[in-house]
Amino acid sequence: MRRTDQLAIFALLLSVFCLPGGAPPARAQQADTCLDCHAEFPEPIGVAREKFDVDIHAQKGLTCASCHGGDPSKTTPEEAMSPAAGFRGHVDRKQVPELCARCHSDGAYMRQYNPSLRTDQLSQYRTSVHGKLLAKGDDKVAVCTDCHSVHGIRPGSDPRSSIHPLNIAETCSRCHADAAYMQAYKIPTDQYASYKESVHHRALVERGDLSAPTCTTCHGNHGAAPPGVASVEFVCSNCHVFQAQLFDSSPHKSAFAAAGVPACITCHSNHRVVAPGDAMLGAGPQSACTQCHVEGDGGYTAAVTFQRRLGDLQNAILRSDEVLERAERFGMEVSEARLEQGQARDALTKARVTIHSFQLARVEEDLSAGLKIAEKTHQDGLRALQEHDFRRKGLGVSLLAILVVLVALRLYIRQIESGPGKGSA
Amino acid sequence: MKNLVTRAYEWLDERLDLQDLMAPLRHKTVPVHYYSYWYYLGGITLFLFLVQVFTGILLLLYYRPSANEAFESVQFIMTRVQFGWLIRSIHSWAANLMIFFAFAHMFSVLFLRSYRKPRELTWVSGMVLLVLAMGFGFSGYLLPWNTLAFFATKVGTDIVRQVPVVGHWLMVFLRGGEDVTGATLSRFFGLHVAVLPGITTLLLAIHLALIQRQGISVPGGMEGAMHALKYLRKHDPAAAELWLKQAGAQAERREMPFFPNFFLRELMAWYVALGVLGALAALAPWELGTKADAFAPAPAGIRPEWYFLWMFQTLKLIPAKLGPLDGEMVGVLAFSVAGGLWLLLPFFDRGEGRGSRWILGAGIFALVYMTAMSVYGYLAS
Repeated sequence: MRRTDQLAIFALLLSVFCLPGGAPPARAQQADTCLDCHAEFPEPIGVAREKFDVDIHAQKGLTCASCHGGDPSKTTPEEAMSPAAGFRGHVDRKQVPELCARCHSDGAYMRQYNPSLRTDQLSQYRTSVHGKLLAKGDDKVAVCTDCHSVHGIRPGSDPRSSIHPLNIAETCSRCHADAAYMQAYKIPTDQYASYKESVHHRALVERGDLSAPTCTTCHGNHGAAPPGVASVEFVCSNCHVFQAQLFDSSPHKSAFAAAGVPACITCHSNHRVVAPGDAMLGAGPQSACTQCHVEGDGGYTAAVTFQRRLGDLQNAILRSDEVLERAERFGMEVSEARLEQGQARDALTKARVTIHSFQLARVEEDLSAGLKIAEKTHQDGLRALQEHDFRRKGLGVSLLAILVVLVALRLYIRQIESGPGKGSA
Repeated sequence: MKNLVTRAYEWLDERLDLQDLMAPLRHKTVPVHYYSYWYYLGGITLFLFLVQVFTGILLLLYYRPSANEAFESVQFIMTRVQFGWLIRSIHSWAANLMIFFAFAHMFSVLFLRSYRKPRELTWVSGMVLLVLAMGFGFSGYLLPWNTLAFFATKVGTDIVRQVPVVGHWLMVFLRGGEDVTGATLSRFFGLHVAVLPGITTLLLAIHLALIQRQGISVPGGMEGAMHALKYLRKHDPAAAELWLKQAGAQAERREMPFFPNFFLRELMAWYVALGVLGALAALAPWELGTKADAFAPAPAGIRPEWYFLWMFQTLKLIPAKLGPLDGEMVGVLAFSVAGGLWLLLPFFDRGEGRGSRWILGAGIFALVYMTAMSVYGYLAS
């Protein structure tokens, strides 16, 4: 071994022993005599050992005493739960946020466990409706343990965690969907039911898209609050960037502000955000435009035009699809037209986004591009069908020619073999 | 016009002695009996091979043998080249029909016992041609570079690896590496358009020369009567005439000249085959599929072409372990032994007797087994 390698190894060993702050904290489970008794008691005094074992805190080496105080190394209740050992026992709801924040707001302490974990939860909580009401003495509002659970807390990345994206809506609904519990607060309790009908819920639960919005996406988590009128647009635009930009440049921007109504949800709703259809335009019963625009109004006319033109492109695409499908069923090769048809659909999608500019000229650009493509693919499909007919006719002519040759050959063979003395060796 | 043709013929004849060259054809005869229709199968197979050569050359004008371009070039042939769809569909259909007719030809030769002495080499060369035809099918199947072909080739070459001692080397040789890649496509293309056609043409020449040299076989039951008739005509014409009167016209037409009588009938068969090919190409054009993606999961129900399906299904049914031996290896070896015995089949026939009946039984068993196992494979997929 070369000398430089020896020096490198020595330096490595030296650095290990000279870590600042001494040895890192022990990760092994410390002695915990609390569960020896409390595992046998019923709730709420008792805690099942299996429940606490899956808690992220237990897995990181923390014990009951970490929150409840006391000395877990003692074997008698008097010593283990002595006030002199810092025993706190049951934690009052009002004290829960501060209790959790002793560690979770300590950046230096939390860095040992998870450097990427935030440590501003408490300060955010104090800005939330929950936090403010709690400070005023209302202990019915949510505190840490109401959302994160207690004794069996799992990390947010665990699908079984109450704060996993798939479970957040259900966690919030435990209070916010309980009409009796929420009666004193005078706010609706149908948010969860509405959300479950929304396109966001479908994307999250059915398609497994964890980036789809849930309660905390719009309301915040520790700093939960209903977005104000001016804030709704910014909340939605985190994902729906183009729609927001187009809306900002549209006449509706100033009109909505003047009327004091929020953007986005005025047309699309808040919790029940259903898949937007062209029926939202126009003047039909599902129209969102007729909330403000009446017949004879310029906006009314534009709304009808928007809907009609989107329908034109939709119908053109469907017509092309039908022709291409017939051609494919006949065995014709139309994959290129199929690819271009995808571009026509993209144009339709883009037009529906451009609607948010509420300017007919801009929407017409996308619609014209889509219509042009759909017309071309329609012609491709018709040409394929004509080619199919041509092939059938060509086959008929060819088979007829072959049949003529066969008959001629047959007659010639008969002529050869019918002659006297011919046809035998 | 006729005078001009006659003069051209005479001019050539004076220099090349065409009369003498054509003499064997002029005197060649073909037996006529209840089973004469089976004689057309070999000719149809030859016709389909010629169709393959012609359409294959046309496809070569546009096909590009690289993993990045193969699929697109075939798509171009199918959608842009005038009548490209027709040529490609005929090529694909003729490939399948050629193998089918080759099998039918083999079984008809077997059941008519046309493999007997002195035609052993005709049988052996025919068997090699059948294997070459299947090699054409296997190598050509990959060339469009679509998903089914890619994974079927992967499965097929995996089976090759089961051969003891040389299996892995054979697999690497066929694939051009450890995996099915663009290198595999290049090798299969070279085999398909250069190596196999060359060998096949040579074997075909030998096969046809043997048939020409030895004549066409007659089933045993009819051979004696024809020989007797020839003998009588030579030595006792009066008795021959008497026999003909008693036997009627049936005996009289025991043979027909190869040229032009049988030749024209064969031509009719070729035209029928051409019509069938055109109809299949127009009514059921060969589909293109989707481009192969080596990283995509294999689609469900991957299986080889129909002429390999009976072997594939058999290998699937063999347990993974047979005692201390690997099941798939046992299967591959069994097929190799069976193929070898099949190749040497004429040498086991000693004329009328037990060997002949054993061979007939083996033929029936093989036909039933291959058919049943193929049907099972299709239904099981």
